[in-house]
Amino acid sequence: MRVRVEQTTLPGIGVRHDVVTESGRRVGVVSHRTGRRDLVIYDEEDPDASTEDIPLTDDEAEALADILGASLMLGQLSGLRQQAAGLLTEQIAIPAGSTYVGRPLGDTKARTRTSASIVAVLRDRDVIASPGPQFRFEAGDVVVVVGTRKGLDGVTAILADGDPAG
Amino acid sequence: MHHTTTLLIEVGALLLLLGLLGRISRRFGLSPIPLYLFAGLAFGHGGLLPLSASEEFFAVGAEIGVILLLVMLGLEYTASELVGNLRAAAPAGLVDGVLNALPGAAFALLLGWGWVAAVVLAGITWVSSSGVIAKVLADLGRLGNRETPVILSVLVIEDLAMALYLPLLTAVLAGTGLIGGGIALAVAVFTVVVVLVVAIRYGNLISTMFSAKDPEALLLGVLGLTLLVAGVAAQLNVSAAVGAFLVGIALSGPVAHNATELLSPLRDLFAAVFFVFFGLATDPRDIPPVLLPALALAVITMATKVVTGYVAAKRVGIAVPGRWRAGLGLMPRGEFSIVIAGLAVATPGIEPQLAALATAYVLITVVSGPMLARIPDYPWFKKWLAGRSAARRRTALAAPD
Repeated sequence: MRVRVEQTTLPGIGVRHDVVTESGRRVGVVSHRTGRRDLVIYDEEDPDASTEDIPLTDDEAEALADILGASLMLGQLSGLRQQAAGLLTEQIAIPAGSTYVGRPLGDTKARTRTSASIVAVLRDRDVIASPGPQFRFEAGDVVVVVGTRKGLDGVTAILADGDPAG
Repeated sequence: MHHTTTLLIEVGALLLLLGLLGRISRRFGLSPIPLYLFAGLAFGHGGLLPLSASEEFFAVGAEIGVILLLVMLGLEYTASELVGNLRAAAPAGLVDGVLNALPGAAFALLLGWGWVAAVVLAGITWVSSSGVIAKVLADLGRLGNRETPVILSVLVIEDLAMALYLPLLTAVLAGTGLIGGGIALAVAVFTVVVVLVVAIRYGNLISTMFSAKDPEALLLGVLGLTLLVAGVAAQLNVSAAVGAFLVGIALSGPVAHNATELLSPLRDLFAAVFFVFFGLATDPRDIPPVLLPALALAVITMATKVVTGYVAAKRVGIAVPGRWRAGLGLMPRGEFSIVIAGLAVATPGIEPQLAALATAYVLITVVSGPMLARIPDYPWFKKWLAGRSAARRRTALAAPD
């Protein structure tokens, strides 16, 4: 995932970083000495010129970086929790002794059995968003689940010992 | 009326007027410099309403204005930016100097103003206005453009060249002759090099004299040091402006950052005073006779600036539209040209029409420059460029050798 980032100093103003995407578009960030940041998007026909120059405040830049870095989801989910009454989010750790360690997510049949969804898995410091049924759990994974209280408790029970009913 | 009372009324009324003018100019996206000059012309010698009591105030304020303009310019750059740029941009800077200083010098000689005036006019036509151009680039959303570093490095080289040109000019104007000029230049080169080396190697040394956290002490300390060094530099015939510029370069890190914020309002105030003072010192009745020469000079040197930018951008592999943007963006002359003219005007024996010519010249370039800089963004210009490159391709196909 190494991408070539070109850095150019702008004397008296600051620094510009830019990246050429796989699709051939050039995107850059102008960091001003004052702390202001501009997001610039370059013209397709004239790659030297920027068609868009969007000034961002510190907070806006941070929010955008979060979105692009994909770690925003948890924050969004907690926002969702406040919006929709009765819908909850929980992070559930998979215990080392769980029967599902090393087995695919599909085996848990969590959604069919509890109607709660596993929307993400946190492994080490990475976020795996919307894991598919083939996704294999490892010990120490933390599962992010969205659902009702009952559903969440059900998933906790499944992951802990295998069967919610029994 | 008491002298002080009149002074207060005059200064107050004029500053109030400048405030209104500045607001108007910003509404139209123009630099306020031309309006300040106009205000000065209207209230100066031979103007509509000559001031009586406040001239001395404006004279001293203008001195401080130049010093603040230069120290802020120095604060904008770090020493490593200046030196790092030097090698890469030196050829562009050389083209810039040759193409733009020579027409000014030739023009003065053609008018029969003598070689001292030629040196002065060379400087006036040479230096673009860093302040106006940086603002135009930001206004047009071109800070991210790939030709922008080219434009900025030409400006950096010009500013650095001024550190050598101004002491030389000061010596020439003081009539110290070839040897005096040579000594002044040698002192200037030595000082600039020492300051750059010290600032790069021991950047924090000078800055540790000040505390970045105590605003009042920092303001007084930096302002005091700047005025002191500027004064000493003037005493040594090295030009106060250069002394101030070097103080700006020598300061670095948070001290420089905070000093910039603290000094900015002061700079705005005294720089406005400086432009007004220059207008005050110029008799508007002198302008009509030099208007045509000024226009001719402006047309010639704006064209040479376009060539400068075009060539500089081409050197680093910018495509044709970007070359035009660089060229057309470099045209406005401003504060530096007025600083140079201001130095000259105070000298006895220099052609009196020079101030009027400089005023008219700066007015023309600073008003038309930012407008012409927009040309590459218009569809008709892009179409014209596309048509030209298509025609060139056709001729290349017709004659493959």
